Amino acid sequence: MMPLVHRLIFWETPVEIGTIIYSLGCFPTQADLHDFTAEVEEGHTGYIHLDKFLPVMTKVLLENKYPPIPEDLLLQAFEVLDKEKKGYLEPEDLTKYMTQEGDVFTQEEMDEMLTALVDHEKNLIYYKDLINLLTIDPDM
Amino acid sequence: MGCGMGKSKLQLKKCERVSLSVPAATAIRAALLIQRWYRQYVARLEMRRRCTWNIFQSIEYAGEQDQIKLYNFFGFLMDHFTPASSERNLISHIFRENEICRDTEWERYFCYKDIEVPDSYTGPHLTFPMTFCGVSKLVEAFKHKQQLHARYVLQLLGETWRLLRILPNINQVSACHTKEITICGDLHGHLEDLLLIFYKNGLPSSEKPYVFNGDFVDRGKNSLEILLILFGFLLVYPNDVHLNRGNHEDHIVNLRYGFTKEVLGKYRMHGKKILKLLQKIFSWLPLATVIDHKVLIVHGGISDTTDLNTIARVDRHKYVSVLRPPKPTHHAVNGSKTQMMNNRNREAGGLVEGRRRVCSLTYHSSAPAYKHNLPRRSLHNQPTSSQLNWSVEEELKRRRRQAGFDQSYGELTKSDSDSDPESGETTETDEHEWKQIVDMLWSDPMPQNGCSPNEVRGGGCYWGPDVSEEVLGKHNLQLLIRSHECKQEGYEFCHNRRVLTIFSASNYYEVGSNRGAYIRMGPDLVPHFIQYQASRTSREFTLRQSIGWTERSALRALKEQLFVHKSDLISAFHEFDPNNTGLISLSHWASVTEKVLNLGLPWRVLRPQLVSSTRYGMVDYHQWIRELSITEPKLEISDNSILETMYKNHSNLETIFRIIDTDHSGLISFEEFRQTWKLLSSHLKTEISDKAIADLAQSIDFNKDGSIDINEFMEAFRLVDLSAHS
Repeated sequence: MMPLVHRLIFWETPVEIGTIIYSLGCFPTQADLHDFTAEVEEGHTGYIHLDKFLPVMTKVLLENKYPPIPEDLLLQAFEVLDKEKKGYLEPEDLTKYMTQEGDVFTQEEMDEMLTALVDHEKNLIYYKDLINLLTIDPDM
Repeated sequence: MGCGMGKSKLQLKKCERVSLSVPAATAIRAALLIQRWYRQYVARLEMRRRCTWNIFQSIEYAGEQDQIKLYNFFGFLMDHFTPASSERNLISHIFRENEICRDTEWERYFCYKDIEVPDSYTGPHLTFPMTFCGVSKLVEAFKHKQQLHARYVLQLLGETWRLLRILPNINQVSACHTKEITICGDLHGHLEDLLLIFYKNGLPSSEKPYVFNGDFVDRGKNSLEILLILFGFLLVYPNDVHLNRGNHEDHIVNLRYGFTKEVLGKYRMHGKKILKLLQKIFSWLPLATVIDHKVLIVHGGISDTTDLNTIARVDRHKYVSVLRPPKPTHHAVNGSKTQMMNNRNREAGGLVEGRRRVCSLTYHSSAPAYKHNLPRRSLHNQPTSSQLNWSVEEELKRRRRQAGFDQSYGELTKSDSDSDPESGETTETDEHEWKQIVDMLWSDPMPQNGCSPNEVRGGGCYWGPDVSEEVLGKHNLQLLIRSHECKQEGYEFCHNRRVLTIFSASNYYEVGSNRGAYIRMGPDLVPHFIQYQASRTSREFTLRQSIGWTERSALRALKEQLFVHKSDLISAFHEFDPNNTGLISLSHWASVTEKVLNLGLPWRVLRPQLVSSTRYGMVDYHQWIRELSITEPKLEISDNSILETMYKNHSNLETIFRIIDTDHSGLISFEEFRQTWKLLSSHLKTEISDKAIADLAQSIDFNKDGSIDINEFMEAFRLVDLSAHS
């Protein structure tokens, strides 16, 4: 599996370490990512050597250190934000939460999320349907 | 009292942010969860996108490599088969030195004057000399899908040819305080992108200078229209419009990638002439542009031997096709010729009347029947140092290895080059020059230091950040702008922002695959980017939708490749399935597939989308092949292997057809058809029986005169993906 990761990033523009970890089916928090990066980064160059990355990543996978978020928990999270239990969220509300709480989104991330999740006719986010749509593919 | 009120006001504000009825901590936990989930989703999409990109790019470059292998094979044939060999005769014309005519004779051949424009013609009429109004009219006409009459095409091209001949190899441009320069990358026949650029940025003019960095043609279906527009503006604003040659401005490459076909399709009567004139024009396109002596713009890139002084001195029109070694130069006049070249290229760009005549003269003084006895060079023999320590044997061995031959062609004699020391010297200079030009048009940057042959494309180098520093430093330059590689955002920096790739054909691989971009640069020489994406619909795709769309297209292309290699795949799978269970492990599946297809793709990552089901981690490979759901036309052909050869070598076959079709009529005879297959079987080192060829010919409906329409033939044997409509 590791050689695949290598081949994917070889010849390409540098890829974020988070992207690689996420795409291997892991769900680290931002804090987890910071810790991981600190463990493998080459000084403060902003670059990571594959030789250092591989053993640490392998360990993460074997220990299942950043397990996926169960669907029902995700649903609960949305329902927390949907205080009136309407079954949908307004874009403005989601934006407020995503850009002001927790591991905040950048403007770019927020714009992308809205484009991806908002029902364009009603201008609302029907989160229940989305969770079904965007679940993990059975993977490697 | 004031403080109390203030405090409660603050608290109220905080609650308002998060909502009065949800405890702040819970909301934060919920937000964290959603953010984590969404970021993971985006990352997976990004990886899928990179994979898809990988697929398209690998197939694209494998095709280029194929083309060069084929061409090298022809070169080999030329050198080592007896003169009487019929195969050699079929292809010799693409190597034939045909420049013995004077320019005046060519002018007569290309004359448009006898071509009448009928009253029924509804397209644009051009008057010369070209004016801004004239070109704008042309742009409008093409926007409305009109076609320019052959007479005007030839006239416009003739004028262009005349102009290009007096331009230097390297355009020198200055970004003065009133103007910003616009720089565009590959267009590849995408007229909609050029129109979009003009719409956003304005048409070229003396206030709006443009540099177009090569690859105007091939792949897209409006290559000729793009050329005519660019040449039109060049004629009107010769000091403000600059064109660089790309690797696709090359008639050999055009045979494979669609430009030849486009011209012949649009101009049945005069297509051949137009193509011939374009051949000359391509060879006369400048090789590079330099802005303010600080920014170098070339199509492909550089190598560790790049030297702009050498480039400035070369006789660029010797390289009609950059794939082809230089034409022989008579060494007796070499000295004076070099002198002339130096004079010419030191000019800042003004007209020098006597130049053209001098060039023609030097050509005439060479012996008309000069035979090129020296072995033709393939693209990768270049000595990396200035001293020549190759031996002919080594070089041929290397070339054969690259072309996939073994020693079966027999012992080869040494070349004649060592018998004539003077011509040997000429050869060395020519080789060195040739390498410089190939590198400039074909190279790609790589992340690691160093410089190595670009084996993926088959031409030019991969060069590293150290080479960028060295070459830019040597010439006192600060930035290298190049094109040649498709980038998702239309542009990309690398090598510590010393190298910038600019690519202007949006949706290059597939609708939604990438944006195009162009650069605006003022006197401060800081590049600013404008991105765009031409679209047929006004619908906005979400990231997921556009990635999905592109991905489906890439997977279709990949499935086609898998299908055409099915025999090789199955026999390779058998090696890992000695008990004939029909099953193979996932890791063997991945390694075998890579070995057979040789595309350098991450098969394990792609597996879920290529293999529908696995049993305990094993793949049923027979079923898998069946499930690829590709069909071929139903034909009464006894020999299935010839069909498979045909699908595998679809492009090679078409290329050979078009080479053989010397009069560019689009038709070949049965005998030529048979010869094509013989050539192909030599190249592939496989046996194709005469009977199989006859069967194949019989299954096609011939015209009554016994000739085959190339286009019809290629269409009839296109693979159809059954799942394409799902």
